[in-house]
Amino acid sequence: MNPTLAAIFAPGLFTSSPVQIAALVCAIVAVVAGAVGMFTVIRGQSFAGEALGDIGTTGGAAAYLIAAGPLWGFGAIAVAGAAAMELIGIQRPRGRDVATGIVLGAGLGVAALLLYIDTVQDSTTGATFTIVFGSPFTITSSAIPLVIVLSVISLGIIVLLFRPLLLSSISPELAASRGIPVRLLGAGYLLALALTVALAAFTIGTILSTALLVGPAATALRLTRSPAKAVFAAALIGIATTWLGIVMAYDSYDWPPHGQGWPVSFFVVTLIFLAYLFAGLPNWRRHRATATPTDAATRA
Amino acid sequence: MNDDPSLDGSAPISGAPIVSVAGVGVRLAGRDVLRDVSFAINPGEFTGLIGSNGAGKTTLFRVILGLQPAAGGRVLVAGHPRARRNPLIGYVPQKFLLDPDVPLRTRDLVGLGLDAHRFGLSLPSRARRARIEGMLEAVDASAFADQRVGSLSGGEQQRVLIAHALIARPRLLLLDEPLANLDLRSGHEVVALLARIAREQQIAILISAHDMNPLLGVMDRVVYLAAGRAVSGTVDEVVRTQVLSELYGHHVDVLRVHGRVLVVAGEAGELAGASDQAHTHTQVEVIA
Repeated sequence: MNPTLAAIFAPGLFTSSPVQIAALVCAIVAVVAGAVGMFTVIRGQSFAGEALGDIGTTGGAAAYLIAAGPLWGFGAIAVAGAAAMELIGIQRPRGRDVATGIVLGAGLGVAALLLYIDTVQDSTTGATFTIVFGSPFTITSSAIPLVIVLSVISLGIIVLLFRPLLLSSISPELAASRGIPVRLLGAGYLLALALTVALAAFTIGTILSTALLVGPAATALRLTRSPAKAVFAAALIGIATTWLGIVMAYDSYDWPPHGQGWPVSFFVVTLIFLAYLFAGLPNWRRHRATATPTDAATRA
Repeated sequence: MNDDPSLDGSAPISGAPIVSVAGVGVRLAGRDVLRDVSFAINPGEFTGLIGSNGAGKTTLFRVILGLQPAAGGRVLVAGHPRARRNPLIGYVPQKFLLDPDVPLRTRDLVGLGLDAHRFGLSLPSRARRARIEGMLEAVDASAFADQRVGSLSGGEQQRVLIAHALIARPRLLLLDEPLANLDLRSGHEVVALLARIAREQQIAILISAHDMNPLLGVMDRVVYLAAGRAVSGTVDEVVRTQVLSELYGHHVDVLRVHGRVLVVAGEAGELAGASDQAHTHTQVEVIA
């Protein structure tokens, strides 16, 4: 093999079972997150997504206590949190922040207790770190069926509701005038969001999950003009950044300080952030180019 | 013209009103927003719904759309009781704010007018595409068909929203204050476009406005709303000092200045009658 390629794709990368599982799960989750994330960004519900991810910590910690798979914990708590948000009033613009904030606070309070118990029982901080910051390399093949089931449900909701959900995300008033049940659609979308956030938390950790949900979608929104293309682009960006993150994390086993590898989540989130910045560059330059003469004219 | 079977079954008999509102009242939070409102609109008629802010214009639209239950009275659309989803009615809402970064092109929004109520994804088809192109041309929006809706000017957005409502081939188009945030020229363009649509396609238009002047040349009928009550008729029948004073419940003057109509409230009426107090009552208010 070419020495440069060999340096990037370190020996054993393609045959390593944790890498294969991580790549598969990340690709599936990136596609779902792209589709759901586009609506999250258009609807301005990134904070709700963040909160559902954060309270996943509670579910993850509880699942750890009863020795269940963490994805069950993330999924259960996210759906419960979404239901609570819907009941408190997330469908009203002013109720949105309040509903999200209240659920987030309550959830994290319980997480503090459960993580404390986890740590005392095990006398390690491993549980906390894995739940909060995640690692796709720790995913076992037994989790894959549940990943696929949750992904199919979530993606199915978005595909089924795509057109009415798009119109009610853009203008609830316009959608209502067409007889579209805006509130019911909002609840359906919230369920898809909860499941997607649980999947994202499972792959890159609870507090980083929002990066995978919102980052590729927001980047895609900067690059595309039509809703279908935005979903497609978001999915591709999600796959590219997670896979690149996996490769870099695998390479980092030779890196300082300990030779034990850097967290995959760090690479993924950093790559998503960079992609978002670069996607804004052409626009920013155009703005500067058009703004300067006008500014000069106004001053003169 | 109508290849949508859902439209043919309930098409109005020619001559019968496309919408008739009879004795409608609406009470919201203990306040009578609408009281005993009655009027009818015939196919192809251009009707202005005139009234100041808070007169109940938006509420009346919501009643006609079936989004707001009425406390009394009856609304018939093409002779039938209104349904929650009525393909005979198109609607252009007052507030429409879209960030320029929302990935929705002009043609996407017009396409949603065709099938936003359907489940699943829309499959691209030549017929669908042709219908969208035709609609874009009809409202003169072809030039910015591939631009994001959020990046368009107010007048351009209004035209796109009109196309969104029209593409489903309604028989009645409701527009809530479409001229409110437009400059004079864009406003003229929108009114001319609507008048042409009403005339050429026999689509009845009900357009709300707080200022009737931009609509004076094109209105077949006016529904004047004040304090929840309404009078309707031609402009010459309704926009008169006596009729509007009765509607407002106090004296107002209808003044015509250089072809414009001003409805003036306050003490202007007493100015003429009681000359001894004239100079103490110079406070007048132009209300429409």
